[in-house]
Amino acid sequence: MERNREQLAKIAPPPMAMLAEVTHRCPLACPYCSNPLELKAASQELTTEEWASVFQQAAELGVLHLHLSGGEPASRRDIVELIAAAEKADLYTNLITSGIGINEKRLDAMIDVGLKHIQLSIQGVDEKTADLVGGYKGGYKRKIQLAEWIGARSVPLTVNAVCHRTNMASIPDMIDLAIELGAGRLEIATVQFHGWAIENRSQLMPTREQVEATTQLVADARERLEGKLVIDYVPADYYATYPKACMGGWGRIGINVDPTGLVLPCHAAESIPSLNFENTRETSLHDIWYHSPSFNAFRGTDWMQEPCRSCERKTADFGGCRCQAMAIAGDATATDPACHKSPLKNRMIELAENAADTSEQLEFVYRGR
Amino acid sequence: MSSANLTKDSVPTLLQGVMVKHDDVRERTVLLAPERTLALDGTGIAIIEMIDGKKSVSEIVHDLAKQYEADVQTIGNDVVAFLRDLINRGYIGITDGA
Ligand code: SF4
Ligand code: SF4
Repeated sequence: MERNREQLAKIAPPPMAMLAEVTHRCPLACPYCSNPLELKAASQELTTEEWASVFQQAAELGVLHLHLSGGEPASRRDIVELIAAAEKADLYTNLITSGIGINEKRLDAMIDVGLKHIQLSIQGVDEKTADLVGGYKGGYKRKIQLAEWIGARSVPLTVNAVCHRTNMASIPDMIDLAIELGAGRLEIATVQFHGWAIENRSQLMPTREQVEATTQLVADARERLEGKLVIDYVPADYYATYPKACMGGWGRIGINVDPTGLVLPCHAAESIPSLNFENTRETSLHDIWYHSPSFNAFRGTDWMQEPCRSCERKTADFGGCRCQAMAIAGDATATDPACHKSPLKNRMIELAENAADTSEQLEFVYRGR
Repeated sequence: MSSANLTKDSVPTLLQGVMVKHDDVRERTVLLAPERTLALDGTGIAIIEMIDGKKSVSEIVHDLAKQYEADVQTIGNDVVAFLRDLINRGYIGITDGA
């Protein structure tokens, strides 16, 4: 190794978590999917052995948590082998699934080889809404069935719910459903406008009143359910004062690998056209994490512009989301327009209000269809 | 579960999905749980090693006091503070020893 640990620590801390998008294939077609508009084909996906090497390298680099995601990770025929490879590398493995493609036998096989945690996405609290949003008939029933199977086994369950204008009113029911299904955690994330969600901005954008009511409701539920259900909540940032902190900072905590082995600092990073990304097929994960231009692009604070540059919050929120700066300001080094100090804040609010203000019910643009 | 119910007869257990691991890269011991990581100090490691789903809080305190030749009162305070914190953070659960 060309540098010692101390020198590397000056560049970045070792990563804590890896998000492995093992495939973009998915039976569902959620209109807010964060996958890129250009989905990668099955023929380009990394092989079982290639993923096993990526997991090994990740563990050596310092990764503790592995999130197997997609698309639908169970769409890979070798998903059990992938979990086994992750376990062999001694990673704490979490499966982020729509639930489709996992029968009882496959679930047992996954747990047997060392799966530690399952996150199940639920698109709505009743069959009709859930199947409409997911664009997959019969999906809801199969999710509930899988949750029951998980409940009968010793692996913790988290329910993932993305909230948006058409389902925000049913969040109390979603909380009840999570408890009923035996989940220890519920993740309520307000839709983020990356990937396919941008195509559905007017269909999904919540109103200011909805966002305020939801924030209050979640705060109350957390208090009421302390010790029973952990609720992690990602609020909407359009109408907020400060932006969301970028995942603990660009190139500081997490590392993403796409189905073809492309290594990204964040799942939406491909939306920044000035960045080029390395592939694990050619470069080691170690070199990508510490030395690639893409991971170093927004580390530290030197790349920042005003008002971030002289702001006391710059090491707390890292100037917000780079991908949102790119999408709205047209410049990935700009202050996240969700921040009240951004000169574009008013434009951002206007954009949100216009998108939220649609009296008629619009049709979803489904992912990949 | 709330840490308010913790008594000397409570039996602590690691919650489902919680694991102890030595983090070689950062040279420390951590607790891993869904979406969370907690670094343990020496006291924390000693307490965690005592948790077996059978021993009660008072048994853990006595064993540790013996092992470290320390005062039961002091160890007791450390153990209770540690357990309360980890119960509230969702790493440890308790059952009543009865
Ligand atoms: S100006 Fe930049 S650093 Fe300051 S709060 Fe806004 S986004 Fe964060
Ligand atoms: S740049 Fe934006 S999308 Fe990417 S991790 Fe940061 S906050 Fe998330």
